[in-house]
Amino acid sequence: MIVNDLPTKLLDGAYTKGEWSLENYLKKGGYQAAKKVLAMPRDPAANNIPALIEEVKKSNLRGRGGAGFPAGMKWQFIDYKAKKPRYLAVNCDESEPGTCKDRVVVTYNPHRVLEGILIACHVCGIEDAYIYIRGEFVVEFEHLVGAVAEAYAAGYFGSNAMGSGVRIDVTPHRGAGAYICGEETGLLSSLEGDRGYPKIKPPFPAVEGAWRSPTLINNTQTIALLPGIVNMGADAWAKIGPERNSGPMIYCLSGHIKKPGLFELTMDVTLRELVEQCGGGVLNDLKPKAIIPGGSSMPVLRVDGQPYTNAKGEQVTDNYDIRMDYDTLKNANTLLGSAAVIVMHERTCMVSALYNLIRFYHHESCGQCTPCREGSGWLEKILARIVRGEGKTEDIDGLLSVAGQMSGTTICLLADSAAMPAGAFITKFREEFVHFCKEKKSMVENAIRL
Amino acid sequence: MAFAFNEETRKQFDWLLKRYPTKQACLLPGFRLVEAQLGHVSQESMDYLAKELELPPSFVHGVFTFYSHYRREGDGKYVVQVCHTLPCALRGAHQILDCFKEHLKLGVGETDAAKKFTLKKVECLGSCTTAPVVQINDDYFENLTPEKVRDIVLALQNDEKSPHISNGPTLEGGCKGMMPMVDAYPKGR
Ligand SMILES: Cc1cc2nc3c(=O)[nH]c(=O)nc-3n(C[C@H](O)[C@H](O)[C@H](O)COP(=O)(O)O)c2cc1C
Ligand code: SF4
Ligand code: FES
Repeated sequence: MIVNDLPTKLLDGAYTKGEWSLENYLKKGGYQAAKKVLAMPRDPAANNIPALIEEVKKSNLRGRGGAGFPAGMKWQFIDYKAKKPRYLAVNCDESEPGTCKDRVVVTYNPHRVLEGILIACHVCGIEDAYIYIRGEFVVEFEHLVGAVAEAYAAGYFGSNAMGSGVRIDVTPHRGAGAYICGEETGLLSSLEGDRGYPKIKPPFPAVEGAWRSPTLINNTQTIALLPGIVNMGADAWAKIGPERNSGPMIYCLSGHIKKPGLFELTMDVTLRELVEQCGGGVLNDLKPKAIIPGGSSMPVLRVDGQPYTNAKGEQVTDNYDIRMDYDTLKNANTLLGSAAVIVMHERTCMVSALYNLIRFYHHESCGQCTPCREGSGWLEKILARIVRGEGKTEDIDGLLSVAGQMSGTTICLLADSAAMPAGAFITKFREEFVHFCKEKKSMVENAIRL
Repeated sequence: MAFAFNEETRKQFDWLLKRYPTKQACLLPGFRLVEAQLGHVSQESMDYLAKELELPPSFVHGVFTFYSHYRREGDGKYVVQVCHTLPCALRGAHQILDCFKEHLKLGVGETDAAKKFTLKKVECLGSCTTAPVVQINDDYFENLTPEKVRDIVLALQNDEKSPHISNGPTLEGGCKGMMPMVDAYPKGR
């Protein structure tokens, strides 16, 4: 079911030229939610701060950065009374292939992000917020900075934020081209002025993050959804979309699709509806073959209706009519991730597609952990050999074995992000890998160049 | 050539120092200021930043080389970055790369003798729904076709404003990657 006429959308009227200004935002009731929250005293005796955290929990807001972690739960881990500075890092690094929503949110709706920052900061007792935005996004950064300047001029930030008596400052911070800085601890290392090396958890950033202080890290979209929750009330907001999968979701539709783009819908939508109705169908009216539902790190779905043998040795088929929410996809052994839907049609060679993805992960591995650095390197080398027509059928199990040794053995999840797609591509399209190794050429006739 | 911040970048740098709890945190923003002043980050400017931030020069150099997006000494005036990650590849990134190679007469990773163009292959630029995508300096070029590539190269060869820029609405008097309006939001401490 496609529901796009829903309240508290991020891609609202501002999603057109030049409407991102404070003036326009205020006309639409902007900053009312922040005003309401900042008017509450941060006095533990008043007990209203824990009540607000309860509200966020009740809303079922799940992090839009990839893991789908409940935002309220993360907030609860921040010791909001401790006499230590606390920090907020808004993740706008956006480098997961297929994902391009945060960019649009900060360009067209920057004040929603800033209002969300005010709310998160006040509730968690944070005085300094940083927005970590990837270095390539120059125009996006300028928009953000323009909006920050407007918000400061209006007195929303500073030593007396919105007249509340508390200090809340925000600083946009530019990255410089490294996927790993999207990983939360890598982001913090980079923010501190170091190489973007992820750190071992625990301690989790909520306990010991930036500058060894409690740090809240949320995705840009997660933060931007907060004003809507405060305005509507958590109970009403939680009812948008299917149970436990609440709120608007921005699906990024890319690849072999007639009308690629961003679609902000409830999570009632099915994969087929996204492709056929939102995206206008598959490019050149070809048949869809494989679709990655949540950004390149997530296991691919086989949608040509053909069965494959899963890890348990059972013959199964993937469901093209699957509902695109967190829980349904998880039950289908894949993940919604960042809701970046990458469509591949029947003329795509799965071996070459995987080779392209693994090259990405090898390039982006920060190199700290041997299984990730060497594992992704080996996957790339073996795949390159197969694609050159020099592969042997033993290579296929070699790939699976290398991928198996990468999961769960490293500091961060980048290694898993490479291993997961490798496992899924090979399991679900094994015949293509076998064919390439045996016949020294792709099984796909007339395959597109990748 | 020795490097030092000029009046404007110094003002920004001093202001940045107040925005973070440590000096080291100003390293990445510092590289950006150097870029804005010099057009790239030089060895001398790294030594300068090291001194300003009280960091070992080798550390500063190590951090700099970790990141791929800063402009380096010897890069051309126009750095052409062609995305070739899966979503772009599915929509013909290789054809676009071939067009740039042909028109610029450059291979991947090369810069021409006149230091006008550098051609690079890069990973996902975060604009997959408008693939294929190329970034040239600060500008994004989206939904590219061979015809658009030809127009773009022709304009840049003549140092004219390029057609087909898809940056969306830009800010009046844009900040060119720096923090503008320094005084508009002083730190409230
Ligand atoms: C390799 C890797 C890359 C990531 N990249 C991003 C990213 O670009 N943007 C993002 O918001 N989260 C990214 N994440 C997820 C973050 O670590 C973190 O979970 C998220 O920012 C938390 O925000 P949320 O709870 O609001 O989703 C990445 C994670 C990993 C392991
Ligand atoms: S898993 Fe990979 S990217 Fe993550 S810390 Fe280890 S080497 Fe770096
Ligand atoms: S793959 Fe090219 S912009 Fe994402």
